[in-house]
Amino acid sequence: MSSRPESLAPPEIFYDDAEARKYTSSSRIIQIQAKLSERALELLALPDDGIPRLLLDIGCGSGLSGETLTENGHLWVGVDISQSMLDIALDRQVEGDLLLGDMGQGLAIRPGVVDGAISISAVQWLCNADKSSHEPRLRLKAFFGSLHRCLSRGARAVFQVYPENLAQRELILRSAMHAGFAGGVVVDYPHSTKNRKEYLVLTCGPPSLSTATPKGKGEDGESGSDEEFSDEENQTIRTSDRHRPRKKQKTTKKGKGREWLLKKKEQMRRKGNTVPPDTKYTGRKRKSKF
Amino acid sequence: MRLLTHNMLSSNIKGVTNGFPLGIEVEKVIEKQVDFNPDFLRNMFAKVEWKALVDAARTMGYAELPEEADLSMLESDDFLKRFHHALLELHLEEGALVCPETGRKFPVNKGIPNMLLLEDEV
Repeated sequence: MSSRPESLAPPEIFYDDAEARKYTSSSRIIQIQAKLSERALELLALPDDGIPRLLLDIGCGSGLSGETLTENGHLWVGVDISQSMLDIALDRQVEGDLLLGDMGQGLAIRPGVVDGAISISAVQWLCNADKSSHEPRLRLKAFFGSLHRCLSRGARAVFQVYPENLAQRELILRSAMHAGFAGGVVVDYPHSTKNRKEYLVLTCGPPSLSTATPKGKGEDGESGSDEEFSDEENQTIRTSDRHRPRKKQKTTKKGKGREWLLKKKEQMRRKGNTVPPDTKYTGRKRKSKF
Repeated sequence: MRLLTHNMLSSNIKGVTNGFPLGIEVEKVIEKQVDFNPDFLRNMFAKVEWKALVDAARTMGYAELPEEADLSMLESDDFLKRFHHALLELHLEEGALVCPETGRKFPVNKGIPNMLLLEDEV
């Protein structure tokens, strides 16, 4: 049974009042969201001159990610499709302006005004067709097209995404490239199941040094196993497979030893299994002549 | 919703070629204090459509902005203060935004404009 919210209901229905409250009262989710938005902001690589920028938070929800932007001194405008989530954002008195909108219908924003965009765990929702009129490919196209228009030249957009499978990742990336973005995927902690996070880092404008995709965290020496490939526009896209080093079993030549055996027997006893009693013969090696 | 956001929004209904600027129907306006940051304003000035901002501010009941503005005025503190007030401190709390071509209304509730389109408008 999949526990992905994307497979349960459309976002405006899934994030109802109860779910929105649950989402925002969980300290664990708040912490994760803050961490993700911090990293997204880092990947945005805004010039470090202390001037507040105007950023877009797509799928802002209750404003958890926006709070990180405010803390870093930026102004932001959030877009979300769930009225309940936005109501919570109002309750929490977030600093940014909020819009109720569907990113799959394109962003209703004038060209060239935004200095950057982030989106935390939202874009994968576009891969679903929740209504008969929905066509994921067209919705992604509308979204990336309008985003490309409204970003100023050289601005970046960073999306943290949870694609369900390879096909989804490819669909999202391809739509972004078609819209004219340059960039690729940054994978943080590619060898970890829990901490693995994918960020789509897109840049508006022609490819240059500044559009090079930054390196993911925790890629360590094994990045050689990462398969790198180039698409037709010569942007490197980094995807990583999930080969992890096998756990080595702790065995010595002598065997596991009496201590280990007694521990295991104790465990079995606690489970309620019938275990032979411990004697002086327990865990003793047989004589070779036996 | 701030006038900064209003200045960025444009109607994206299918077939509309120029959805900017959106008209404003005011029911309730509130003011919120925001920290004054001249650097941000200077940075933002180039991106703001001045005429749309002046008209919007006037609809909201703030007529202190000059009709025309150019870069030299950014030196004046008085001008920056007015610009700051209009751009960031005036909030449209209740009312509607109106598409300039089709006249379609986007209602604003509790300061959140509802920009959702119907299926035949996409």
